This record gives sequence, structure tokens and C-alpha cells, in this order.
Amino acid sequence: MKKGITTISPAFEDIMPEEYRQLVAEGPFGKDLGLGDLGTFKELIEEHPLCAGCGLALGIRLIIASLPAPENTIVVGTTGCSAILFPQLAMHNIHSLFGNQSAIATGLSRALRLRYPDQPKDVVVIAGDGGIGDIGFSFTMQAWFRNEKFTTIMLDNEGYSNTGGQESGMTRQGIALNMAPTGKKYPKLPMVELAKTAGCAYVAAVNPSLARRLGKMVRRAVLVAREIGSTYIQVMVPCPTNYKFSPSETLKQAKALNPQPIEYISAEAEQLLKEAEK
Amino acid sequence: MLSSEYRVVVGPEGYLAPAAASMGIVLPEPGEGLIEGVIVPEREAMHKIAEKLLTAKNPTFFPGPLVLWAWNDKAIAKAQAVKALAEAVGAHIIPMPDYRPKYPMINPQIEINPNHPNLTIWHNDIDVCVFVGVHCHYANLALKIIRGGTDCYTIALCGEFGHEDAMITLRDVNTAKLCTLLEVIEEAKIEVGVR
Repeated sequence: MKKGITTISPAFEDIMPEEYRQLVAEGPFGKDLGLGDLGTFKELIEEHPLCAGCGLALGIRLIIASLPAPENTIVVGTTGCSAILFPQLAMHNIHSLFGNQSAIATGLSRALRLRYPDQPKDVVVIAGDGGIGDIGFSFTMQAWFRNEKFTTIMLDNEGYSNTGGQESGMTRQGIALNMAPTGKKYPKLPMVELAKTAGCAYVAAVNPSLARRLGKMVRRAVLVAREIGSTYIQVMVPCPTNYKFSPSETLKQAKALNPQPIEYISAEAEQLLKEAEK
Repeated sequence: MLSSEYRVVVGPEGYLAPAAASMGIVLPEPGEGLIEGVIVPEREAMHKIAEKLLTAKNPTFFPGPLVLWAWNDKAIAKAQAVKALAEAVGAHIIPMPDYRPKYPMINPQIEINPNHPNLTIWHNDIDVCVFVGVHCHYANLALKIIRGGTDCYTIALCGEFGHEDAMITLRDVNTAKLCTLLEVIEEAKIEVGVR
């Protein structure tokens, strides 16, 4: 994106609402900020209509704050809880048909590389477990097989949460939800393993209580996708509304479900990151 | 009503105002404009815009992202021309900086949103408004909502093919055309004795 899109036309500087002037003056555009700088800059997502204690809201806040170049990033989302939040995001984002996000991201990523050969443009799919692991599973896997150069981040709340609580492929075996009262009959999808097998150069799983780790993973995944190919991060974001725990216990739940972060880096990606993180 | 009889006039037209295109209103060709759904020469549309803006109680410009942000030199120049136009008719300017729905609610005094433009119009008691620099799909959405729920007269200065959902529209509006419109307005001011 041209720098001008984050600059106010001189003729209208006096009538622009304060929120936008702050975004220009104190936002993260072009400043190479990260999670460690949270609190020192105006964030790109500040308000949202998600439930109290929503793990997904925290996850998205941390992911967005970790993007290495938000002014040159396009987020592709899909139907789900995150789709209620993304319209509030002060950066480019596209809502795709349910499950179609990897197809959209493929076209977008390829087109941006042709249109801006000298300026890296990052495409980041951020979607729920239903969008990635169920309804968009085929598109996701095919994009990984083709080694498309974009990052996929799954917000794993283990169910379809804004439609009353149906089980998804990522719901754990035995879990009963409002709309799936007999309990899940088969195990949670092994998406991390599937991503590795499909050829992703960088694969990680983390929970938002490990904020700095998550931030580093997002940065790594985006950098690897920019240069090498598909990357995948799975972020555990428990849902207090459907899993019926107190909103104050979200991080505790997230830690319990994903205590140890997982990180797989291909040899090629390792070399790239060694250079980038010098 | 036969679609050929449909006219794009001030509302409130009702909760679900029809898209003017679905009622048979077609877009103008180059060199033409639309006044209330009828194709007219561009100059005639400009004179009508001048008349509406100069006789309005509270004319207001709603500039959109295409002129509010400094995308390139053309956008910056167009923004200056829009501002000169607003100043010439003594209009307020309320921006539409992007298309995000505002949560938990918009501040209608300082901004307008395509998803509920009626709130800004009601709050500020706007009787004539001008859309300029708003992406077409959001302009059409907002123009329909305004026609459906308010009695505000809408004018769309479109950089593309015009907006049949506005009461007056010009097409292919660039900086030069805005300057021509400014000249028409200055002439009209002399004619009606407005300083």
C-alpha cells in the first residue's frame, strides 16, 4: 500500500475525527513495532462486540499487534466469531464466504506479488476452527499442498460458538455442547501434524497466555510465508460462553489446554529466520 | 407504480427504499447528469446543484476515503477542490474516513458512516448533502438509506459513472470538473445576490 493511505489529505486535516488523527500519528504504520511495544502506540483494534472473557478477542489483539508490517498486510477472515470483530479493524481486511478464505488468500497473494514486485505484501488468513478445520478444510489443505505464500492462523475455540455451540472437528472427543448434547464421538483434528505433512515451512501452536511467544511466532510465520511458502499457527482461544466457565478463567483454560507451545521450522525457514533475527 | 414513472426524490420513502436502478433509472452517459432520475445535460445538473446548495439551510459535504486520504497527488488536489466548493456554499464538512461500523456507537456530530448515515443527518438536521470520494458500493448503500429514512436532498459527485440513487449526480468528476462546478456556483451566487 502506498504510504499516502495513512496520510490525511492536507485540505481535510482540520475536520478528521480525533481517532483517525491518532491512528496516523500514534498508530503502528511503518514503525516496526511489536508486542513488546503494546501500550505505547494506538492499536488497530480497540473495541469489539465479542463476549466478556472471549479468548479469541485477546488472541486477535495480540496477533494484530505482532504483524511485522500492518500497513502492508491484508487479513482474510471468514464466517465465525472473528467475523464480528474484523469490521472494527483499522487495516485492510477481507471477509470471505465461509471456508473460502484460503482460496481468496491464494489469489490475493499471487496478485499482490505481480502488482508490487518490489514491495512485500503479507496476506494473513485469520479464521476459526470451523472455517479452517471443517468448512474450509479442503481449501486450506490444497493451499498448503501448493505451498502458497501466506500465513494461516487458526483461532481454535473448539466449536461453532456464535451459532449456539455446535461441535467442530477441533472439539475434543467426549465434549458435549449446547447444540451437540450427546458428545463428540471422534478425536480432535490433528491440524498441526496435517500442516507439517502438507509441507508448511513453519508450524506452531500456542496459547495467548504466552503473549511474547505468540508474538514471535506470528512474526516468524509472516516472514517465512513472505519468502518461502505456507505457514500455520494454531492459537488456543477458549470460549467461556459455550464451554461455560467464568470469563475470568479464559487464560487458565487456555494454559491447561495447550500448556506447551509447539514450533516446527523447516531447514530452509530456519536459515531465513537466522538471518532475519540477527 | 410503473418503473418509467419512478422519480428519485426526497424521502422518507420507507424502510426499504428500492434501488433506483431496479425502478428503471439508468446512469448518464459522458457529458450528462441525472436530476431526480431524469437524464439531463451535465451543465443543467450543475446549475441545479448550485441552486440546491445555495438555498439549503444546512448544506453538508460528506467526503469519503478517496479524497480524505492522500493516496496520490490527484487525491490531494481533488480534496482541495472539494474543500473550496464546500467553502463557496458555506457548507459544513462531515467526513466518512472509512467504512468500519462504529462500536458501540457513532458520534454523528463529527462523522458519518455508510451503515447508518441517517443518524448523522438527523442529528445535524441536514437538508442537502453532497457525497464525494466515497467508493461506489458504499455510496449507493448510504444514498438508499438516506432516501428511505430522511427528508435530506442528496447530491453525488462521482468519479466513475454516477449514482442513480442520488437526487442529483454528476459522473467522471475530477478536479477540473469540480472547478467548473465552482465557477457555476460563483455565477449562481451573483445571479441570486449571495455574497
